[in-house]
Formats: sequence, structure tokens, C-alpha cells
Amino acid sequence: MIMFDWRWSFVWEILPRLAKATGNTVLAALLGYGIAMVLGLIFALAQRTPFPYLNRMIRESVEFIRSTPLVLQIFFVFYVGPQFGIMLSPWTAGMIAIGLHYASYLSEVYRAGIDSVPRGQWEAATALSLSTIRTYSRIIIPQAVPTAFAGMGNYLVGIFKDTPMLSVIGVAELMHTANAIGSEHYRFLEPYTLVGLIFLVISLPTAAGLRRAEAKIRKRMGLRPL
Amino acid sequence: MTYLEFLKIYGPQFVGGSITTAMQALLAAALAIMIAIAAGLMRLSKNRLVYGTATVYIEVFRGTSLLVQLYWIFFVLPLFGLSLEKFTAGYIAVGMNLGAYGAELVRGGILSVPRGQWEAATALSMSPAKRMIRIIFPQAFLNMLPPWGNLLIELLKGTALVALISVADLMFVARKINGSTYLSAQAFGSALIIYYIMSRTLVTPFMRWLELVMNRKLGKV
Repeated sequence: MIMFDWRWSFVWEILPRLAKATGNTVLAALLGYGIAMVLGLIFALAQRTPFPYLNRMIRESVEFIRSTPLVLQIFFVFYVGPQFGIMLSPWTAGMIAIGLHYASYLSEVYRAGIDSVPRGQWEAATALSLSTIRTYSRIIIPQAVPTAFAGMGNYLVGIFKDTPMLSVIGVAELMHTANAIGSEHYRFLEPYTLVGLIFLVISLPTAAGLRRAEAKIRKRMGLRPL
Repeated sequence: MTYLEFLKIYGPQFVGGSITTAMQALLAAALAIMIAIAAGLMRLSKNRLVYGTATVYIEVFRGTSLLVQLYWIFFVLPLFGLSLEKFTAGYIAVGMNLGAYGAELVRGGILSVPRGQWEAATALSMSPAKRMIRIIFPQAFLNMLPPWGNLLIELLKGTALVALISVADLMFVARKINGSTYLSAQAFGSALIIYYIMSRTLVTPFMRWLELVMNRKLGKV
């Protein structure tokens, strides 16, 4: 049995590299989330068009993306491009894959939010002969936000925790850096433990902050606290 | 090579990988359910130590990534003298992770049972254990079935990560075939479709069926 020995000197040595990688992890999460927010809205609205076939197709695609593993999708996007002559950098492929995956989650959150707006609001908007764009942007979406906020917050923390999967195609985020450090020094205890701690230190306060923000938004919109 | 030829050659490998994935998912689900019930009940305890232990467990496993947990269990635990085989490490990591998410569902499900049910059971002088097993839990179970359906799909997807510690599951097979043939679209595409079929034709209908059975048992149909 190898006794476990935690070496602080090693920790201080590798901490700067891990800190730099943390920046990349946060950047990947934010970029991916930005893509997902926009694409997700497109997915959600594309299921409400007057064309039933299009609605159905988008719905099935969202289901497909949601029920297959992200890590496999990352491989798919990264390796299938070159087969058809499109070379994608790990960052580009990773952002496409993670953005698409979370867009499918967020589209469901948006959908629930839009569905939660009472019918009367739609009818009132029609009665005032507002255009579709104005109905969505001024009436429906602002009221859908409080309902959607909790789900959106969960997925923000979720995407952050899923970024380690990007390491499989060589995006230099936390997990990738920890793997590299581990194989350079033949020591995995400190790098992997530190990665776990860094995730905890970022995700727990973020989750708590989001809960507080949600309560604030609900209060401002005159809704009862959950 | 047409896609049919591709399937003819590599089909058996995909089947083998799918069986491993299914086994990982079943074992992980069994573990996740046990952990979820235990930690969910512990979260309802008034004893600070019991409640605290479950809270720390849930926050740690929900606050970090499954991949980090998997690597930690597989590469770091041996340094503490606890070496797990890769297959075991795989489903333990997935089960412990999803169990933490499930614990919150169990807690929520139990809290959703109306107060009157607790009071009635107490009035009939049932012991707390009997009250939980005969009265509260069956009703809570029905309430939490829909979110458990989603969780089990997350669990199935989570098992894809065990390929990264070389468990020969579906994802591993897809990577291997991609490595030897460079037919990425076929290799990864087939695996994606198999995962989709598994979750849409096995997990979802099973959960619907279970819901129906439970509804009948509780006389709600």
C-alpha cells in the first residue's frame, strides 16, 4: 500500500498553472453559455412556427441532442468535420458541441417559461394589434424570465461543470491541465484534488448567488417567493 | 464502404459496447437509488450530524464534475489503499454522482406528501419506520417518478464517461472504431443513435409503465 502524502510544495508549484487553466474553464463555460442562450431561443421559437413539420423536426432534434452524451457529441463534432474537409480547432469544435447541447436544454427552459405566461396576455397583445416581434419582445419574454431564471441558473452551473469533457479533444482547461501535470510528475493526488476544490469554490457560491438573484427577480415582478 | 457494410463489420462490437453500457447504467442506477434514498432521508433528519453528513455529500458531488469524480475515484483512491477495478470505479462514480442529485428528489418527494397523511399514520399509532415505509414513501415515490425519468437519462449519458478510464462501453467502442477506420461520422453517429434509442425506447417507456403501475397500486386511476 502506498501511503498518501500530500505535498504542499507541489501544490504551490502547480497552483499558478491551474489558476490559468481555471480562466480557460470559466471562459469556455461563459462562451458556451452565450452560444446556448442564443441558439436555445431560436430552438424554442422554431417550435412555435405555423409550420407543423418544422416544429416537429426541431422538437425531435432537441430531444436527440438532450438524450445523447455530451462527450460523444464533442468527439462527433471534432472528428466528423475533417472527414468532409472542414478542420475545426479544439476550441471551435468544443464550443459548437457544448453550445448546441446546452441550447437544447435551454430551449426547454424557455419553452416552459413561455408556456407559463397566461393566455390573456397573448390575447391582449393581439387585441392591441401588436406585431409578433413586439408581442414576444415587450410582452411575453419579459414575463417568461422569472419562471425561466431558475432553470437558466442551474444550467449555467451545469455547463461550468461539464467543461472538463472538453479536455478529451485537447482544450487546455482545468482537467486537461491536471492530466498534463499528473503525467509530467507522476502525481495525481494534488492536481485532481485541487481541480475538485476549484470547482466547488466556484460552483457553490455561484449557485447560492443565483438563488438570491432569483428571489430578487420574483419579488420585483410581484410574484410570491418559492 | 457503404453504411450497411460498415454495420456488418462493426455491428458486433457496437452490440458488445451497448451491453457494457447497459450494465454500467443498471449498476449505477441501483447504487444511485440506494444513495438517494439514504441521503434524502438523512437530509430530513433533525440530528445535526446526520443532516450535515448528507448535506456535505450532496454539495460535494453536485458541486464538482462527474469526470473529476471519476478520475479521483480511479486514480487517487488507490493512493489511500483503495484500488478499484476500472469497471467498478466507473459505475461507482456515476452512481455516487447521480445519487446526490436523486437525494434532493427523494427529499422533495417526501416533503410533498400532505401533512394529513403523517398525522393519520401517527393517530393510528404507527411507528415512525412503519409510517415511512407503508404510508409516506409509496406516495412520495409516485410524486418523484417523473423527475427520476430525466435523472436516469442523465445517468445513462453519464456512463459514457467511463470510456475515459478504458471501460469498453459503447463510447469506447466508437472511439476505437474511429481510430482504426477514420470513419468518424459512421462510428460516432452510430453510437449517438444507439444512446438515443436506449433512452427513448428503454428508459422513458419503463418510467411511464412504472408510473402507471404505481398509480394503480395507490388507487389513483
